[in-house]
Amino acid sequence: MDRPFGLLAELTYSCPLSCAYCSNPLNLADYRDELATAEWRRVLVEAQELGVLQCHLSGGEPLLRRDLVEIVQSASELGLYTNLVTSAIGLSRRRAEELRAAGLDHVQISIQADEPVASDRIAGTPSFQRKIEAAHVVKELGWPLTVNVVLHRQNIDVIADILGLAEELEADRVELANTQYYGWALRNRDTLLPSEAQLGRAEAVVRAARKRLEGRMDVIYVLPDYYSRYPKPCMGGWGKRQLTVAPNGDVLPCPAAHALPLPRASVRDDSLTRIWTESPLFQRFRGTDWMPDPCRSCDRREIDFGGCRCQAFELTGDAARTDPVCHLSPDHGIVAETVRAANEGTRPGEEVLVPRPHRA
Amino acid sequence: MGVEPGMTTSVPASSRPRLARHVRLTFDRAREQHVLLQPESVVVLNRTGADILGLCDGQRTVTEIEEELHGRYNRVVDDEVQHFLARLVAKRCVEISDG
Repeated sequence: MDRPFGLLAELTYSCPLSCAYCSNPLNLADYRDELATAEWRRVLVEAQELGVLQCHLSGGEPLLRRDLVEIVQSASELGLYTNLVTSAIGLSRRRAEELRAAGLDHVQISIQADEPVASDRIAGTPSFQRKIEAAHVVKELGWPLTVNVVLHRQNIDVIADILGLAEELEADRVELANTQYYGWALRNRDTLLPSEAQLGRAEAVVRAARKRLEGRMDVIYVLPDYYSRYPKPCMGGWGKRQLTVAPNGDVLPCPAAHALPLPRASVRDDSLTRIWTESPLFQRFRGTDWMPDPCRSCDRREIDFGGCRCQAFELTGDAARTDPVCHLSPDHGIVAETVRAANEGTRPGEEVLVPRPHRA
Repeated sequence: MGVEPGMTTSVPASSRPRLARHVRLTFDRAREQHVLLQPESVVVLNRTGADILGLCDGQRTVTEIEEELHGRYNRVVDDEVQHFLARLVAKRCVEISDG
């Protein structure tokens, strides 16, 4: 059996921002009973024993955890590469210095647009200025900086200016990832999904930027899978390379797997190793034996693993079906219809997004 | 030995390579292999690769690294060292400063 390389540690689902594209689950209140510091320490030790090399500290907003420095310190002492995925709200100079001293390796700061008005509107709170200040602190302290941007219909047209801002901030990497439709994003999908014309323009900008910035800044661009012919290889395969621990200790093969109708697995009841190797949740979609057709007989089954189980569940009600994003899926019409609607000129001009609540 | 013409990321023999700030060289005990960790990826290293990177301290020149490895392996590794470092410089895992 493969060992996991990466642990996504979702420390809390609380967040100062209320982005409508958030992939956190809708039932945030069910995750208030968060793991204590000592429980996270145990998770990190077990993860390291299991083979994890990288620990991504995320949420929600991980800086809302008052014990973040201690958690980073524990991960760092275990030799894990630690990566903070943050809105930067709460990343004061003092906190940053403490995290640096604790051994944090890398910081990823989200921005929502290239300027304060749009960025603050999308984030649902005044935050742009603080993000910029925090990005400067990150560079001053000698950290590598990644700027994360979730793309959607309301910001993809300013992608060139977003890249310009990342360059100004001297980011080492910029991740321009189209929205993945889970949680709140799925709820807001029809308003968030860009048109084909928008995507075409964005891709041209990305191609030019990659050329211009070669050797200075890595530009990572993630297509929206709704527009792809084949599905994404979700998590590099179910229970194969990655695992997620949710704020309440639930262990998930994919960060969107909260709602799958499978028995829960929690670090509060069992060890990470047993969950990874034996739990029905992790065993259910491992390998290729579970696959129905068209995946079963497809020569891409070891390339994309049938796509995302959670997306299949969200869109069809059955997690064992082929990801409907795939053009070979018998359910592809669901995705095709959504894409068609995103490309028709009949949508209202002012579209309302449902913000996620701040508090978990 | 100077900069080879036509190569964007050649590594002069007099330069002093060091690991970029955002990467970490470590031994993966679970899989018993040396690895180079980056924000979103893991590069698996063979023994020679791990030895070369272990000597990239920003103090030693490429020539000194080569001499050190000659002593260890009793065979010529110069081209191997330069090509290996050039690949990692291109991936921004290794930085070089001219000595």
